Amino acid sequence: MVHKDMTEKVSIEIRRDLYDKAKKFIEEQGGFSSVEELVEFLLEEVLSSEEAEERGLSKEDEEKVKERLRALGYI
Amino acid sequence: MVSRPHGGRLIDRTVSPKRRERLLEEARELPRINVNESIAADAANIAHGVYSPLEGFMVQEDYINVLDQMRLSNDLPWTIPIILDVDPEDIIGVNEGDDIALYYRGEPLAIMRVEEIYGWNKKEYAMKVFKTTDPNHPGVAKTFKRRELLIGGSIDLLKDPPEPFENIRLWPKETRVLFEARGWKRIAAFQTRNVPHMGHEYVQKAALTFTDGLFINPLVGWKKPGDYRDEVIVKAYKALIEHYYPKEVVVLSVLRMEMRYAGPREAVHHAIVRKNFGATHFIVGRDHAGVGNYYGPYEAWEIFREFPDLGITPLFVREAFYCKKCGQMVNEKICPHPEEFRIRISGTKLRKMIMSGQKPPEYMMRPEVARVILEHSKPFIGEDEA
Repeated sequence: MVHKDMTEKVSIEIRRDLYDKAKKFIEEQGGFSSVEELVEFLLEEVLSSEEAEERGLSKEDEEKVKERLRALGYI
Repeated sequence: MVSRPHGGRLIDRTVSPKRRERLLEEARELPRINVNESIAADAANIAHGVYSPLEGFMVQEDYINVLDQMRLSNDLPWTIPIILDVDPEDIIGVNEGDDIALYYRGEPLAIMRVEEIYGWNKKEYAMKVFKTTDPNHPGVAKTFKRRELLIGGSIDLLKDPPEPFENIRLWPKETRVLFEARGWKRIAAFQTRNVPHMGHEYVQKAALTFTDGLFINPLVGWKKPGDYRDEVIVKAYKALIEHYYPKEVVVLSVLRMEMRYAGPREAVHHAIVRKNFGATHFIVGRDHAGVGNYYGPYEAWEIFREFPDLGITPLFVREAFYCKKCGQMVNEKICPHPEEFRIRISGTKLRKMIMSGQKPPEYMMRPEVARVILEHSKPFIGEDEA
């Protein structure tokens, strides 16, 4: 996987054939601008669903929900 | 502890703001299917987890299982097919595996991956879901007007359809946080398509007596002519809660979902949906979701026996009536007096009173509730509007 020169990012390695498949997928299906974006999206999906299990919410999302509930007068 | 979502995981098929812009562009290049209000509401309900574990409109295997077994193909209870109907000319050139864009009111609503295109038999659907093919049944009549083919497949919701009641519309992820924030562990959900009368208040307060909180979740969206308008239902409930409920134990939030009038099957569907909102208990009324005389008065109770694995507890609260001798709302289990002392609150009688501008007596309806209904120039849906 191509390294991006940004301090908050790290590089990881994946198999070439998987990378090529991901690239082809993006070219054909759209929705992502790069393999990095696709991988980040998939990781976020897996990890956030792991964290949030049943409710499907990260801590950050939960705060956003609470903000809305407060704004609407529910809490 | 609030209920676990149906199937164990709350589905989220909404897209992040980051992806939304790009997908909106992409949607404009895809084959386009225009959907009506009810389908748009179903798409939003799928995406926000109201219909968990569904991630899209049903493929044929689930559709057939739901019709025949009242279960999804993974054996989870599910009683009402969630389907997307199209005309053959809408999908010329569309193949299984393609993406299509669902449009609502001229705007892209969702991207759908077409997993399956299949035919359906509307009479069979009507017979199994509504237990009748009588076109006078409003659900049957609506089914017969639907399009000829069904498309199954997962969706990604690009944006919520417009919601006039946005300020009192909560999604399951929100009610779950809310119930936990209030410290509620036992939550009784109440489904309604009506304005509240004293019988409803009695049933709700009976349920609230042994739970921590009451979740009043009126349906807004398509209903049959003669039913109350959405805004009238909402205003009536706000008035009732303001004057007669401790606010800290009640949550009022609307759900945009069409009424099917499918009686017992719909009662189970209503329970599953409220389970996804986090409710632990669901109040099942006498002739719940019924219409006319198509269902027996307690059929909607009996069907729950078939679902010991539902994951939400049905509360079968008996019909309430006013007893002149008791001097209050009671039910037949707690009132020893004969029929001559009992005044039953008939929805039809209430409608007639309201239509003629007459204020219902206080044993039938709270005056504050009656006032907001009578203030409305057209509280009922007209024949030409549904």
